Amino acid sequence: MRTLHPFHGGIHPATHKAQSNQKPIAQAALPSKLIIPLHQHVGNSAKPVVEVGQRVLKGQIIGAPEGHVSSAVHAPTSGVIAAIDMQQVAHPSGIPDLCITLIPDGHDEWIAREPCDDWKAESHTDLRHRLRDAGVVGLGGAAFPSDMKLYAHKHKIKTLVLNGAECEPYITCDDLLMRERAAEILQGAEIMRALLYAEEVLIGIEDNKPEAISAMRAAVLDGKHERVEVIAVPTVYPGGGAKQLIRVLTGIEVAAGVRSTNLGVQCFNVGTAYSTWRAIRHGEPLISRIVTVTGNVGQPQNFETLLGTPVNELVAQTGQLPGTTGYIMGGPMMGIRLPSAKVGVIKATNCIIAASDKLFPPALPALPCIRCTRCVDVCPAELQPQELYWFAQSKNLLKAQEYHLFDCIECGACSYVCPSNIPLVQYYRFAKSEIWAQETSKKAADAARERHEYREQRIEREKQEKADKLAAKEKAAQEAKAQRASAPLPNPLPQAGEGANVADAPVDADPENTMQLKIQAAIDHAKQQATVIKPKNTEQLTPQQQAEIAEIEARRARIRELALSSADEHTDGQGDK
Amino acid sequence: MPGFFSPFITKPDSVSQIMLKVLLALIPGIALYVWYFGPAILVSITLASLTALATEALMLRLRNRPIAPFLKDNSALLTGWLLALSIPPLAPWWLVVVGTAFAISVSKHLYGGLGNNPFNPAMIGYAVLIISFPVQMTQWLSPHGLGSVELGFIEQLNYIFLGVFPEGIKLDALTMATPLDTLKTQLHLDGHVGEILAMPIYGRLAGHGSEMVAAGFLFGGLYLLATRIISWHIPVVYLGTLFAVAGLFHLLDPAHYVEPLFHWFSGAAMIGAFFILTDPITSPTTHRGKLIFAFGAGLLTYLIRAFGGFPDGMAFATLLMNICVPLIDAYTQPKVFGKKEQKP
Repeated sequence: MRTLHPFHGGIHPATHKAQSNQKPIAQAALPSKLIIPLHQHVGNSAKPVVEVGQRVLKGQIIGAPEGHVSSAVHAPTSGVIAAIDMQQVAHPSGIPDLCITLIPDGHDEWIAREPCDDWKAESHTDLRHRLRDAGVVGLGGAAFPSDMKLYAHKHKIKTLVLNGAECEPYITCDDLLMRERAAEILQGAEIMRALLYAEEVLIGIEDNKPEAISAMRAAVLDGKHERVEVIAVPTVYPGGGAKQLIRVLTGIEVAAGVRSTNLGVQCFNVGTAYSTWRAIRHGEPLISRIVTVTGNVGQPQNFETLLGTPVNELVAQTGQLPGTTGYIMGGPMMGIRLPSAKVGVIKATNCIIAASDKLFPPALPALPCIRCTRCVDVCPAELQPQELYWFAQSKNLLKAQEYHLFDCIECGACSYVCPSNIPLVQYYRFAKSEIWAQETSKKAADAARERHEYREQRIEREKQEKADKLAAKEKAAQEAKAQRASAPLPNPLPQAGEGANVADAPVDADPENTMQLKIQAAIDHAKQQATVIKPKNTEQLTPQQQAEIAEIEARRARIRELALSSADEHTDGQGDK
Repeated sequence: MPGFFSPFITKPDSVSQIMLKVLLALIPGIALYVWYFGPAILVSITLASLTALATEALMLRLRNRPIAPFLKDNSALLTGWLLALSIPPLAPWWLVVVGTAFAISVSKHLYGGLGNNPFNPAMIGYAVLIISFPVQMTQWLSPHGLGSVELGFIEQLNYIFLGVFPEGIKLDALTMATPLDTLKTQLHLDGHVGEILAMPIYGRLAGHGSEMVAAGFLFGGLYLLATRIISWHIPVVYLGTLFAVAGLFHLLDPAHYVEPLFHWFSGAAMIGAFFILTDPITSPTTHRGKLIFAFGAGLLTYLIRAFGGFPDGMAFATLLMNICVPLIDAYTQPKVFGKKEQKP
């Protein structure tokens, strides 16, 4: 028996899981349209690669990954692209984002897939590319591109943790997935293990899911998987948090800002392992996922749902009940309230809860904190939530950071137990966003200052260069004059015929000098003009204006530099000849 | 409509329920109080409750705060009860009213109301009264069966509100010094602990009657521990320190230093350990901080009792340690997840 390492704190809210885990996974009906956001993952938005009116096939890439951290987006079924525009997405802000609207044609016609019979023969780079092109991201909620997490880097990875804990109330999608598709999850885990060169695979499942545990254990035996262990972990929220599960299974604590791989552990959701297998073995990109539909609905159940399925069309299949006041995506502890029922299901949608006043009574008015420290008792990050609240409330952001604000995983356990009904997590989110905003503006200001200083330097240097040039010329002129004066005149006695030139002689004798005078006059004139047309309001520019000016100056400088260097090249070339 | 941001569920628990449970936990002690000293204490508690609620409402109004939610939080009631239990039951009515009104208005609301007061309001009320009205504050009722005369309930009411006694009875005949006070005075008169404790006002462990009231508070305190309203840190370390220090002195000189159990069951030690020092608002939030706080309070209580000018040290020990709370909290912050020494 493996020794477990329970983490500090945690809570035991009513699970409400029995509502939705009684029936097998059903295939959700094909919706009338699919609204597919191009930004469903951590990192850069995918770039649309289709046009309005174009017919696409199931599994065809419609959004290509862009940049280092990004993931592909695919057509979940065959049909016609109806629109590529800004629409509401599954984000509490309700701020629209770029989405592709696809009208299914009902044929569900696949694009040519590239199955891989023996993935072990493929290079690791190829496998990672396949995953990236298949749009596989973490399905536990974070939606981080999986290929990015499947590098061994320089640290040796000992343990691959598969997260089947599913600690949030109401959600049962991983439970059902493990019950029904255990073998494929384990196959996916083997690919992950190979990519990470990990020694062992530990699969953590909360002990309130005995069916899933036995299904997974049976699959381990059937598949003859070695060094793969299915471990029942205590049911306590947030036991399914990656940091918490890693701690429970291995005793290793991954501090904030530290990568678990540096400590020899990598963690994936069981759903991600399943999708990995489908992507590699069958060449099926991530176009659907299992979504628990529960709460205030007639027939709560899990559905294999195409990405982009509008939430209202999905919920309609379970029989809506009166009294629904809104929809929550995710669980009641960390989920978000959807801005509209029309948004599409995304890769991170593990659960849709129809909310009613009965299930989720409106929050009571908050009272002052009485420092009862119930929040301290439940905080899995071992923070002092009451102190963080105090600092966040008074905008004492430095102090909040000193008290480890950024170690907060926003699990909501503190808010759950607070007898004063203080929405603590919201205070922490607020404080974090304030700090981020401050850092961004500080960076911008620093950059502007640097540009300004550079410009001042450059002006100074140019002035100096001009002065030097002038001095050099003057010196050269003087020397020339001196030389001429000392040299014997070639024709000391001017002939009569040349007499006419005598009067002009002094002028002709020193053409350089005349030039000097003229140049000086021109410079003076230019200077005068400059002072006349000099803008008078340059003293009080806003930082933004200054930044803009500095930027323009920098650009000019660059052009000048380029011009100079090309000129240099030119002369160099000539010299070579 | 669920709230805008997660979590959307909360545990059904509230400040008013917590305070209510603390009030309930006081009832065994109060019942024994009535049994041994008569019903006058119920009059003080009622007076204190009414004054506390009225002052709370007035202050909330002056501060433009919503009145109903705060009146319902039961915190003002708790302050009133704790203060009433620290005042002699036969004290004139205005003593209770002045103390409670001061506790609620000055030491609670002038500092920002619920959750913001650095000092325990009941103990501030007590300190103000014992300094301003030392005579009235030390005339404690004799326990049932010990006084030369005893008043009926109506006669007690008459005295509390009108200041009149039945013909031929004086206050002195009804009251006496507390067991702690008597001990102190007698020791000053070169008495020995053994002789002093043989006096009729002493019972098995400490004062006759008052030791049972203390036992009632201990019982209520255990209920608070069992329901996790309070944690073990403060009561255990406070009583432990008091016991250890008293025990040390008792071992060195049993004739002049009374045994530790006497200290446990005398004065405000029990109610203080479970109901006053554990006030979350005025005690540290970290576990280590609670240990330091309780240790300091235990030590100070003993020092004031044994060597100070006041008969009991609980109130001043509490207030002195209350001052240290922000400092204690700042220096006892525990290591957070992932930032501890990794175990080998």
